[in-house]
Amino acid sequence: MSEPILELRDIKAGYGSIKALKGINIKVYEGEIVSIIGANGAGKSTTLMTICNIVQATSGDIFYKGERINNIVSDKLPKMGLCQVPEGRRIFPRLTIEENLDMGAFFRNDKEIEDDKERVFGMFPILRERCKQAGGTLSGGEQQMLAIGRALMSRPKVLLLDEPSLGLAPLIVKQIFSIIKEINSLGTTIILVEQNAKVALSMANRGYVLETGNVVMEDEAKALLNNPDIQKAYLGE
Amino acid sequence: MTIPEFKKHWTSLGIGMVWLFILLWPLLGIKPEGLEVASTFNVWWRIALGCSFLLFLYQLNKAGAFKFISRPAGAVAGSMKSATSMVPMAVWFVIGIACTALIPQFAGRYAQDVAINCMIYVCLGLGLNIVVGLAGMLDLGYIAFYGIGAYTYALLSVQFQLSFWICLPISAGMAGLGAWLIGYCSMRMRGDYLAIVTLGFAEICRMVLNNWMSLTNGPNGVTGIKAPGLYWFDFTNGMTLEHIWLKKLSLIYYVILILVVFTIIAVYRLQHSRIGRAWEAIREDETAAEVMGVPTFYMKLLAYCSGACFGGMAGAFYAARMRFVSPESFTFLESAMVLSMVVLGGMGSIPGVILGALALIALPEIFREFELYRMLVFGGVMTLMMLFRPQGMLPSKRTMRSGKD
Repeated sequence: MSEPILELRDIKAGYGSIKALKGINIKVYEGEIVSIIGANGAGKSTTLMTICNIVQATSGDIFYKGERINNIVSDKLPKMGLCQVPEGRRIFPRLTIEENLDMGAFFRNDKEIEDDKERVFGMFPILRERCKQAGGTLSGGEQQMLAIGRALMSRPKVLLLDEPSLGLAPLIVKQIFSIIKEINSLGTTIILVEQNAKVALSMANRGYVLETGNVVMEDEAKALLNNPDIQKAYLGE
Repeated sequence: MTIPEFKKHWTSLGIGMVWLFILLWPLLGIKPEGLEVASTFNVWWRIALGCSFLLFLYQLNKAGAFKFISRPAGAVAGSMKSATSMVPMAVWFVIGIACTALIPQFAGRYAQDVAINCMIYVCLGLGLNIVVGLAGMLDLGYIAFYGIGAYTYALLSVQFQLSFWICLPISAGMAGLGAWLIGYCSMRMRGDYLAIVTLGFAEICRMVLNNWMSLTNGPNGVTGIKAPGLYWFDFTNGMTLEHIWLKKLSLIYYVILILVVFTIIAVYRLQHSRIGRAWEAIREDETAAEVMGVPTFYMKLLAYCSGACFGGMAGAFYAARMRFVSPESFTFLESAMVLSMVVLGGMGSIPGVILGALALIALPEIFREFELYRMLVFGGVMTLMMLFRPQGMLPSKRTMRSGKD
């Protein structure tokens, strides 16, 4: 197989004396959807935070397109094509929807920003309707759409999604995931961190299972879905 | 209202009233000469009567007895509001500047003095507004930059006879440099921690000014600072260009007016630029801004430094106007005052901060009649203001929006 676009080699990270990641290895190839599933406190969000260098890895290497990015400050990463949709959406509540989207393209100053905005509006028509409204006035699902749209404004090569289904109604979850699939089909590699293992695995190419800071299993997503242990632990069957 | 509800309502009110009146009586008796509880009854019954009357009015209003007045009044206020919002902000700005420019022609010395004071604080408030209102960092030591600016001009003027106009950018630069030094070490901190660091920095600055006898003359202050000078046409013998000192209050008034206009325009431009947007994003959610590619550290540092520059400029003007500076003008109380202006007026809103500065400087002057109780009334007004209008007098559009939901 070709070179992975993003690779984590033996990453350890933590908060103070608490070790959240105890040496994990993850490989992501271009064009894939990779799901990372696990229980609360398994280290899923920390993995994404470590990739973005908001939490510093204490040891190990992170490679992006063959370049070691451990020491690159987090605000340089969107420019390189690595963008995260953080957990709990974290839109800017008092900025309007349009301004929120503009913030996604903050580091860019080319002329195609407006085109990209149109593209996002095309994907999420509800955002166009409300583009002058403050972000905080949107519903949970709409905020999630805005957060994804904002990340798309940076034209990511790799999109890191942290629990996009958090606190949303099943119907909205379905809608969000179909959009994620669409984004992937347009050529963006996606890393998806989810509690909702069933949905996450059913749309992913491959999956990793995290448990207390270790990768305990990695396989094709279909194989994981049919694995009796996984079914018992995460799918509730 | 059902009967148990009615009972509950009036019992709580009654208990509250009794408490107030019992507490009020001994408190009124505390005098500088000692306790005089017996004779306070005379004042006490008036206050009690007044309070009861106000409560009665409040209850009537709640029951809807004043609808016949409040409804048409509300309609008039609403239509006034829509009429004023038709006029663009720039027009208001020009009208405001024009009116302010006319003040020295009509008002006396005292009013000019108060107006100059107000305008100094408008500059300070707008500078702090960048840090607190836009970038969302709590700065309790803002007055340090005012002090640095003032001392920079004072020393350069006394030691090297440099002119005010050259020193103005130097003062701003020195204040910005000070902000850069302290900001570079502390900008990784957030919220309360940053507030403590800035508070400490301001105290250090004041202590240095107070104790560096050879440079600053310590608590005695620096005297003999020159007023701003200007070349102006002199018509006494033909038309010649003469150098004059702007010592008269009505002349120096225009210097600060120009500074205020400059500050307003600069802050407005900053707020509506890319940088301003980034500051607002940092205020909303710092981590999210960082993930979106905003260099948060440098942006915060930039906010802190540019805020300090405006403070430094105001400081230079202060030194030129008083022609005397001493460390006691730069105490923590001043920092708190400027911060109150920003919060009271409305964080992030330029007209709000201007109004806040006017209110906080003008109100104590108006309350001069109350003499002893001046600061008490002042404090009371501030408390009431924050209780009933926490978003400030003229909040920015954003705060109004989020205030609704």
